[in-house]
Amino acid sequence: MMNPENYLILAAILFVIGALGVMLRRNALIAFLCVELMLNACNLAFVAGSHITGTLDGQTTAFFVMVVAAAEVVVGLAIIVSIYKTRRSTSVDDANLLKL
Amino acid sequence: MSSILLPALEMAAPTLEWRALAPVLLVFAAACLGILLDAVLPRAYRFLAQMTLVFASVALSFGFLVMNWRAMRQGRLAMGSIMLDGPTYFMWASLLVFGTLAFMIFSERQLNGGASAFAASAASVPGSLEEADASAARREHTEVFPLGLFALGGMMVFLASADLIVMFVALEVFSLPLYLLSGMARRRRLLSQEAALKYFLLGAFSSGFFLFGVAMLYVFSGSFDLHAIHEAVAGNAFSSSNGLLYVGLGFLAIGLLFKVGVVPFHSWTPDVYMGAPTPVTAFMAICTKLAAVGALLRVFYVALDGERWNWQPLFAVLAVITMVVGIIGALTQTDVKRLLAYSSIAHAGFLMTAVVGATQVVPAGQGTSASAIMFYLAAYGFATIGAFGLVTLVRNAAGEDNTIASWAGLARKSPWVAGLMSLFMLSFAGIPLTAGFIGKWAVFTAAWRGGYGWLVVVAVLASLVAVYLYLRLIVVMFAGEPAKGTYVGNASGWTWIPVVIGAVATLWLGIIPDQVMQLATFAGGFLR
Repeated sequence: MMNPENYLILAAILFVIGALGVMLRRNALIAFLCVELMLNACNLAFVAGSHITGTLDGQTTAFFVMVVAAAEVVVGLAIIVSIYKTRRSTSVDDANLLKL
Repeated sequence: MSSILLPALEMAAPTLEWRALAPVLLVFAAACLGILLDAVLPRAYRFLAQMTLVFASVALSFGFLVMNWRAMRQGRLAMGSIMLDGPTYFMWASLLVFGTLAFMIFSERQLNGGASAFAASAASVPGSLEEADASAARREHTEVFPLGLFALGGMMVFLASADLIVMFVALEVFSLPLYLLSGMARRRRLLSQEAALKYFLLGAFSSGFFLFGVAMLYVFSGSFDLHAIHEAVAGNAFSSSNGLLYVGLGFLAIGLLFKVGVVPFHSWTPDVYMGAPTPVTAFMAICTKLAAVGALLRVFYVALDGERWNWQPLFAVLAVITMVVGIIGALTQTDVKRLLAYSSIAHAGFLMTAVVGATQVVPAGQGTSASAIMFYLAAYGFATIGAFGLVTLVRNAAGEDNTIASWAGLARKSPWVAGLMSLFMLSFAGIPLTAGFIGKWAVFTAAWRGGYGWLVVVAVLASLVAVYLYLRLIVVMFAGEPAKGTYVGNASGWTWIPVVIGAVATLWLGIIPDQVMQLATFAGGFLR
């Protein structure tokens, strides 16, 4: 039987991969996907936590997080698409007008 | 492997305390209705209908709030997920007031030749034919009002939630509309879209941290409930799962401090404040800060106060860095909106001093940290709304002109605009007889009582330096040679009413603060 705490470690690793991706990747879409990876890492932690603590709240929460992530996709893609239409690029380095 | 056995799946219908929750429910209901109105009404009537709906719902919501407050309705609502206590009442009332004032600036159309400050068609490419057509046809995005209401409702739930999952959902409910609103400026749309992109990516990033913190605290305590987490922390001393607790505490703090705009999580503030349409900046500058500080206080005072010896020194260091970075950043700015953004970072630092103080149990008649912070935010909010309202007035042929150089000699063009702006600057600087002074006094006292005397000394020194940066703008306005090509726009009451209310309240809270201070003192304790 696998120790459920390993899932927490896996969730932490996925979260770190996502966070590094947001910070290192220059493409807004990839950065956004990495944010989604972070949220899903949290979901894994919630479900593992539900198993560890013997409560059901964590599993319910995973559904809430999925809905929130879906709403975030709607808003995020709208913003990224509109900026792509303007600049023909989704690189976050090209978005540099606001610097001082 | 053991599986969790469920008793027969029974879904009990949740009970809602309709009357006590009415302030929030009304705001959300009006937001949903607003979306519907936008879909069915002919264009010509939408603006008027939305404005009516917004102001009616906010007024009604405020009415219910006052009624409930007088009846002293307190305690947990909605199956334990929302906590109605003193701070909730005070901050809900402030949010509704500042939200209303900001929505008034949203409604301004005379200034822009009959068009609002929002893009005619946000989906069209800047500079394209579609955009020109949409402007020529006088199209408008009246969706800004429902979006604003959703944001306002989300903020109200955010600072009142007694449960981390409700808090997370509310965080997204108020953030997502703000990301969209900041990308909808009519002028300088490239800047605006860029601000939206940056705000969105960084905001989503920080809510990822918030959520991971929630997950860790859940694994640690087995519950999302703030009170249950408090008990788990209290019963936990010297146990082995401290790692989970500290990771959770840290990540949760990152998510919340990002929204407050505390260094090192402040980098979005200047860009977003500058790029977003000014009415939206006004709304964000006070309402987001208020909601985020409210939630920060609730999480750290209610759930994690058992760990205060660990987070107080950390927050004290962040407060110092925040004040220093905010003030030094503001000194070098050439844009008024960026200047105000850095000033808001510095103010986040001043607020953090009281958060660090964490005085919760006080003799009768004295204020807790929470009441000091609530008063500070009220004082800061009136000046902020007024200042951003005035920022919309200074214009050139292309629209708003925000460079400090173009504000030169403004006093000769319009003594009123320059005079009122000076009043707000003096309040930001914390000069006596303005609300800012009393606010600073209150938060520094709270920090002092909490045993952080050295932090108060640093904060007082920082606010002395900060006086210089506000005086700089006043000197430019009064002593400079009038800038060519800049004029003061002919605004309607929708801009002037919030500005005048802001000015009157700034003086009122500075000269006779007793009533509001008493209200804040009376409301200063969190319930568990």
